[in-house]
Amino acid sequence: MTAGTLFGLCAAVLIGFGLYGLIVNPHPLRKILAFNVVGSGVFLLFGAIAYRGAGAGMGGDPVPQALLITGIVVAFSATALAVALLLRLFDETGSVTLSSDPPPKSGDDTGAH
Amino acid sequence: MLTTSGGWLLLLAVLAPFVGVLAGLALGGRNAQRVAMLLLPVGLAVAIGIAGSLVQSGETVVYLLGGWAPPLGIALRADGLSAVMLLAIAVVVCGIGVYARADFGSAAGEPEQRASFVYWLLLLAVWGSLNLVFVSGDLFTLYVALELLTFSGVPLVCLDGKGETLRAALRYLLFALAGSLLYLLGAVLLYGGYGTLDIVLLGARVQPEPIAWAAATLMTVGLLAKTALFPLHIWLPPAHAGAPAAASAVLSALVVKGSWFLVLRLWFDVMPGVVTLPAAQLLAGLGATAIVVGSVVALRQERLKLLVAYSTIAQIGYLFLLFPLAFDASGSMLVHGAVLTGGLLQAVAHATAKAGMFMAAGLIYAALGHDRIADLGGVARAMPVTVLAFAIAGLALMGVVPSGAYLAKKLLLDAADSSGQWWWTIVLQGGAAFTAGYVVLVLTNALRRPAAPVKLVKRVSRLSEYAALALAVCSLLLAFAALGPVPSSFISNPLLPKELGPTLLVFLGGALLALGLSRRSLFGTGDTDGSMRRAAVAVGRGFEQTDAFLRRWPTAGLALLLLAAAFAWLMLSRSL
Repeated sequence: MTAGTLFGLCAAVLIGFGLYGLIVNPHPLRKILAFNVVGSGVFLLFGAIAYRGAGAGMGGDPVPQALLITGIVVAFSATALAVALLLRLFDETGSVTLSSDPPPKSGDDTGAH
Repeated sequence: MLTTSGGWLLLLAVLAPFVGVLAGLALGGRNAQRVAMLLLPVGLAVAIGIAGSLVQSGETVVYLLGGWAPPLGIALRADGLSAVMLLAIAVVVCGIGVYARADFGSAAGEPEQRASFVYWLLLLAVWGSLNLVFVSGDLFTLYVALELLTFSGVPLVCLDGKGETLRAALRYLLFALAGSLLYLLGAVLLYGGYGTLDIVLLGARVQPEPIAWAAATLMTVGLLAKTALFPLHIWLPPAHAGAPAAASAVLSALVVKGSWFLVLRLWFDVMPGVVTLPAAQLLAGLGATAIVVGSVVALRQERLKLLVAYSTIAQIGYLFLLFPLAFDASGSMLVHGAVLTGGLLQAVAHATAKAGMFMAAGLIYAALGHDRIADLGGVARAMPVTVLAFAIAGLALMGVVPSGAYLAKKLLLDAADSSGQWWWTIVLQGGAAFTAGYVVLVLTNALRRPAAPVKLVKRVSRLSEYAALALAVCSLLLAFAALGPVPSSFISNPLLPKELGPTLLVFLGGALLALGLSRRSLFGTGDTDGSMRRAAVAVGRGFEQTDAFLRRWPTAGLALLLLAAAFAWLMLSRSL
């Protein structure tokens, strides 16, 4: 197995974990973290593609690396915005659940407080 | 390929709004509004300039950033699609800007308000990001543009800072982020497979093979999540209904068009030969379901703004009907042509009419202090211009002759006939009746004689009323497209029996739907419901429960994955 394939597989695993968390976890903060895990997976995959597509005498294809930096900045801004919204939501309502229905008693759809 | 003579206009279309955002932020206070007001006509002029340059040269307007040609550099391009959308969005933004002066304007000497300061910056940011979506020439720039659009749309949802709207904004942001990551993953795969992200280069290089199918699937599903096509509409109703009207109009008329346009770009320009007819049928099938579910749930709403929000879900459904109709005769390739013109016309008609409708709903809310549909009686007498705007916007959405949506419908019907896909004929014709349903519901309530004279809690601005009316009328006037890109044989006298018949049928169907499904019985009290009405109400409740179930996070997430699997299967199955 080449290093490129290994990184690609790692990326696939990360994306899978992240998507699972994003869908299943009810807590918004964990969803934000899961988003970052998916993001890392995508960036890792892009890195692997850069590695595989390296030209003669170069360590890697520079275009994906340039795009990666931009992608990371975008993901960082998204995380910052989401966390800011989450903090405001907690300040306003005292809870951080995403469901607009009154919280069920067993707490299956609410976040931890 | 070189920068064309009008190329710098593309740069201006993107840069001007963002320079406005920065200038407004730096100058602070009331200056944000001044900057926005200054830029509205400038942006409109730029959009007209781009369209003019395109018509004059007859070729795509191109601007190469820094003079570097793709694949190394980045190109901005405006073809016919981009020019039409740029122009339409500029008109709608101007209308919304005039309308919003009453809500978010601050008078001299007033202390600075956060919402009215931020609103103008966000309006400009949405505009700039949309312009970038329309002119971007490569998939990564498009990703950045999409994210900018989301980042400027999300704060619009929670302008008032209340808990409920903050929650809606967070839901919107998280779901949209999931969508954009899927899009980015698809773009990354395309780069890995073909070594470029430039749309034109990719269009020439992409082959129907597994990596392209995977990319097409991921990008399409991600964009559908951002567009809120049924069943991925988890975030739309609370977000659009909770925001102030001037913001809802932006979200509903403009923001969802960005990701829709990208689906169009992807399917028609990047992978016309990769996507398959069955996949397009699934896409349009989702659209048809969106029309039915969105309209029925809209009829079941008690509040006007929620009704309009749910009707947006139905309108988004309409925009996806064009895909299976735009395939060539052998059904193997998507082609530019009359169907695409029709779809574009529909999008523009919806953008203008929807903005007008949300603005009218917002005015009614502001004037009455509530927007309960059952208590709208007498509002037509108190605010005739607003109700007229709502009615005209409704007619335009229905596609009654003559309107832009009517022409669009004609073009799509024509294609459905010639390609033998009769089922889309039914959807296109029947969809209008569903739209008529909620328009009839609102208008009967608004025209009803009230028990007590209506008390207006606030006088609304005349200018805002006329802005809403102007946008609604714009949507009707799109029928004049018959003079240009659409063959004039498509328009005929609305009073001829062959036109009048379907129109009356649409109204009749709409009235029946409204009678059967509305939350409160239209006539008399609810106690004396007949068995028909009881059955219809039960159906309506069923739709509501389905909608509530689908809008839960786990269900929506699962739907996202299932859709991805379905699209992948429908594309793969051709090669098996």
